[in-house]
Amino acid sequence: MKRENREYYENIAARVRVDVIRAVYHAGSGHPGGSLSAADILTALYFGEMNIDPENPEMEGRDRFVLSKGHAVPAQYAALGERGYYPVEDMMSLRKLGSPFQGHGNMLKVPGVEMSTGSLGQGFSVATGMAIGNKVNADGSRVYVLLGDGELQEGIVWEAAMAAGHYKLDDLCAVVDWNGLQIDGENDSVMTVTPIAEKFRAFGWHTAEIDGHDFDQIFAALDEAREVKGQPSVIIAKTVKGKGVSFMENQAGWHGKAPDEEQAKKAVEELGGEW
Amino acid sequence: MADKIATRAAYGEFLVEEGARNPDLIVMDADLSGSTKTKDFAKKYPDRFFNAGIAEQNLMGMATGIALSGKTVCASTFAMFASGRAFEIIRNSIGYTGANVKVCATHAGITVGEDGASHQTFEDLALMRTIPGMTVVSPCDAASAKILLKQVVDMKGPAYVRLGRAGVPVFYDGDAELTLGKGNQLREGRDVTVIANGIMVASAMDAASQLAEEGIDVRVIDMHTIKPLDTDIIRKAAEETGKIVTAEEHSVIGGLGSAVAEFTSRECPVKIAMVGQQDVYGESGKPDELRDKYGMTARDIVAAVRALY
Repeated sequence: MKRENREYYENIAARVRVDVIRAVYHAGSGHPGGSLSAADILTALYFGEMNIDPENPEMEGRDRFVLSKGHAVPAQYAALGERGYYPVEDMMSLRKLGSPFQGHGNMLKVPGVEMSTGSLGQGFSVATGMAIGNKVNADGSRVYVLLGDGELQEGIVWEAAMAAGHYKLDDLCAVVDWNGLQIDGENDSVMTVTPIAEKFRAFGWHTAEIDGHDFDQIFAALDEAREVKGQPSVIIAKTVKGKGVSFMENQAGWHGKAPDEEQAKKAVEELGGEW
Repeated sequence: MADKIATRAAYGEFLVEEGARNPDLIVMDADLSGSTKTKDFAKKYPDRFFNAGIAEQNLMGMATGIALSGKTVCASTFAMFASGRAFEIIRNSIGYTGANVKVCATHAGITVGEDGASHQTFEDLALMRTIPGMTVVSPCDAASAKILLKQVVDMKGPAYVRLGRAGVPVFYDGDAELTLGKGNQLREGRDVTVIANGIMVASAMDAASQLAEEGIDVRVIDMHTIKPLDTDIIRKAAEETGKIVTAEEHSVIGGLGSAVAEFTSRECPVKIAMVGQQDVYGESGKPDELRDKYGMTARDIVAAVRALY
């Protein structure tokens, strides 16, 4: 892998972000803020970490990824498209009637989507079950799951965290997209989620805290997680909501709002893309 | 008719037998394996049993993940918590993905008994049958429970199987010809049809015998599968007997009675009376005392038939 080539991943992540902006603009609704904060993590997973084959999405023994923060699915659609699962232009039908690209991902409609998500917390629970399934199958494959920080307020997250620690699911790697914001404002003003790492450690997890926009740190944490035996790993990735678009960064208001044409054009320009 | 066996006991036996046949069968529970009878499977196949602890939502979520790893999962807890507390996980994770999870829920209905209202669910069939693609089954005795459980495990996709705590008479043979999605006519009759499931099937047969002495000829159908609903057998009953009484250990809102009425009101309107829990909570007591107090006995079916006749 070309993991040392940061520029390679940064260029893909920039394309993913442009795809997100264009798709959400065309849809007229959607969740740009949390999609942009997750773009680098998704790029790292799909392009530099997971054992997957876009030509054979259901390959035996493949690694699997679950987007538990299902509203960030524009970034997942973009990453899958850029990875070659389908032409990325296909996702411009996002949220349109009859499109496979649902507002929250449907595994039965889009190749590469391993779990239908959208209702927060459930993807994490299902990923935990997948990791148990991997243990039963003993095929050495891994399960990756991306959670939002606000999502940590869901009770099922901690039910699953407890079970993953109990069953010592070392094939499970969670990433928390810690952008600090949710719909009603800052996480800790809505319902305190910090400290995050301490909570997971108390549930028997190995933890790492990184800058979620730094590919060197993302890959180092993923490597470390793969080496950990006897416990699941969580990477708490500090991110910026709306990352890469100046007027969206750190604005809770861009959680679930589509840009108008002028805003979309400006965003694409800032990201170095073509409208 | 002498032996009384709980359908949950039949489930426990079925799992042990099926576990030997099917290496891809995984069983899960939420700290109730002694009560749901998954414990025998857990002892025999410890590598294929996973306890979620007292966490029903995560039970259903993890069951989905294991099913998506190529396994068939039977996930068990009390019906109240399976269908109620974990409803949205069953809908959005199991149902929406078509995952191969069989929710085998025990201690349904009033015959939970002494545990009282918090544990007596009358809503589970209503909740489960609103989920697209969900097969919903309510067997009436131990023999039919085993036969239907085998078909549930052999089919692809999600299912909900309602099982009881209390011993109930066994009147099916172990090799009875029952088919998921097909009602079974247990008794011919021309005057009124009683469509029942679960423990009310035995009561319906008792009621039919009593009514025969009064000259009322009652047809009895075991509607063990509430979804997909056997509309052919209902249409035939409506056309040939003109009156239908439904009987279930469930709320009269949303369960078997509603399912039958939804169909007949559209296709073949007939007079219907519904025996079941009448939109109230239960309470502590012995199962038979509770059935008596809350109107889910043969006597209540007799009264309903007489009123329609």
